[in-house]
Amino acid sequence: MDSALAIDADGLARRFGSRWVLRGATLQLAAGEAAGLVGANGSGKSTLLRVLATLLRPSAGHAAVFGADLVRHPDRVREAIGFFSPVPGVYDDLTAGENLMFAADMLGRPHDDAMASLARVGLAEVARERVRGFSSGMLRRLALARLLLQRPRLLLLDEPYNNLDAGGIALVNDTIRDTLTRGGAVLAVVHDVASAVGVLERWFALRDGRVTEAADGVAAGEAAFVSAAGARGWPSPGTASATPAAAGR
Amino acid sequence: MSFSTEWARARAIAWKDLTTERRSKAGFNSVAALAVTILVLFGFALGPETSAVRAAAPGALWLAALFAGVLAFNRSYQVEIDGGALEPLLLYPGSRRAIYAGKLLANFAFVALLLAIVIAASLILFQVPIPDAWGSLLLVVLLGSIGIVTLGTFYAAMASRSRAREVLLPLLLFPMLVPVSLAAMQATKALLAGDLMREAGAWMSLVAAFDVIFLAATFLAFDSVIEG
Repeated sequence: MDSALAIDADGLARRFGSRWVLRGATLQLAAGEAAGLVGANGSGKSTLLRVLATLLRPSAGHAAVFGADLVRHPDRVREAIGFFSPVPGVYDDLTAGENLMFAADMLGRPHDDAMASLARVGLAEVARERVRGFSSGMLRRLALARLLLQRPRLLLLDEPYNNLDAGGIALVNDTIRDTLTRGGAVLAVVHDVASAVGVLERWFALRDGRVTEAADGVAAGEAAFVSAAGARGWPSPGTASATPAAAGR
Repeated sequence: MSFSTEWARARAIAWKDLTTERRSKAGFNSVAALAVTILVLFGFALGPETSAVRAAAPGALWLAALFAGVLAFNRSYQVEIDGGALEPLLLYPGSRRAIYAGKLLANFAFVALLLAIVIAASLILFQVPIPDAWGSLLLVVLLGSIGIVTLGTFYAAMASRSRAREVLLPLLLFPMLVPVSLAAMQATKALLAGDLMREAGAWMSLVAAFDVIFLAATFLAFDSVIEG
């Protein structure tokens, strides 16, 4: 069974011990849509992505990715998604090329595709070097190359612009556009709203474990941050620059 | 996914683990050094009497492999956790049993090489003559290794999510390994003594039976163990 909805989450909840991080997150994202998710630190943005990626089981609620239920058909969900984590998840003692060839083997793709992905992220010249000495930006590019190799229908990006230079940011945005062109969808957790301007069309704020839609990235960021600050007794931001969305201004 | 695809994925994981191990070197060298040290310590504890040392050789051999193997099993998941590579590994499409199969292959190669060193060291340190039935001895080593590696790889996956995994793994693993290691020790003892009572075959059958049970049970349970 397939579905036009890339993400159909209804009342997703997740707790760690006695602490509820998600308290009924509801979110629909259609194929061909790219959305940003904004929230204060600890609001559960990464938890939501990890639940959607099948890395965490929801404590309550249900969700489907292109019609495949997260709990009943996690294998079908994993075939559809690509998860870009802040941690590159590469092997230090393998070369950049070997890391990508390993990913190609795991994805059932030819090694030529791995080299092409490496070239696309600008790492072809260091393909034979072990990644132990790579900068954090290079490691992020290598992780991005793995995502390019996979060509998933749903991109789940967790802070995709971290540690990337202008070229790297452009690569991430190209990957998002590429996914949309192929009829896929994108949900990205972003702090740096400015980098995503013109790429992400819909915006959601995560506050108190629930998702609300906002008009734009700035509005989503303000709503999420002010709410979180109030709930935790932090001082409210006196200036716009205190909000995580301020970077987009 | 087809069996051939899953087999290719398992081989890729085994290649990756062995390549990483070969390049880092620290893992195998320290584990092999530990195994030989354990044998030497057994030698000191047993004293200079040749008959006592020879009688204890099978037990010392398997215990050294067991203790050293625990370090190897822990390392096989540590590599994934240190670099945050476990999540991408779990997110690849296809069966997670391929991950287990790949780890099994790599750990088996690791432990087989370790046992080769341990056996050579035992023959020298404990002055044990190479038995006529050395082929059967190799079979015991093969069967015993499969049992140890199967449970070791499985319980290391279970312990990998815990902060106290270094302590947790031996606590979980050693009680489960008692039957297979005892049977392997008895078979080794019988073969080194010339198998006069023709008992080695029965012990080897027991080890093989445990291997089949362990392999089937762990393959079935791996998905739920590695789940977050």
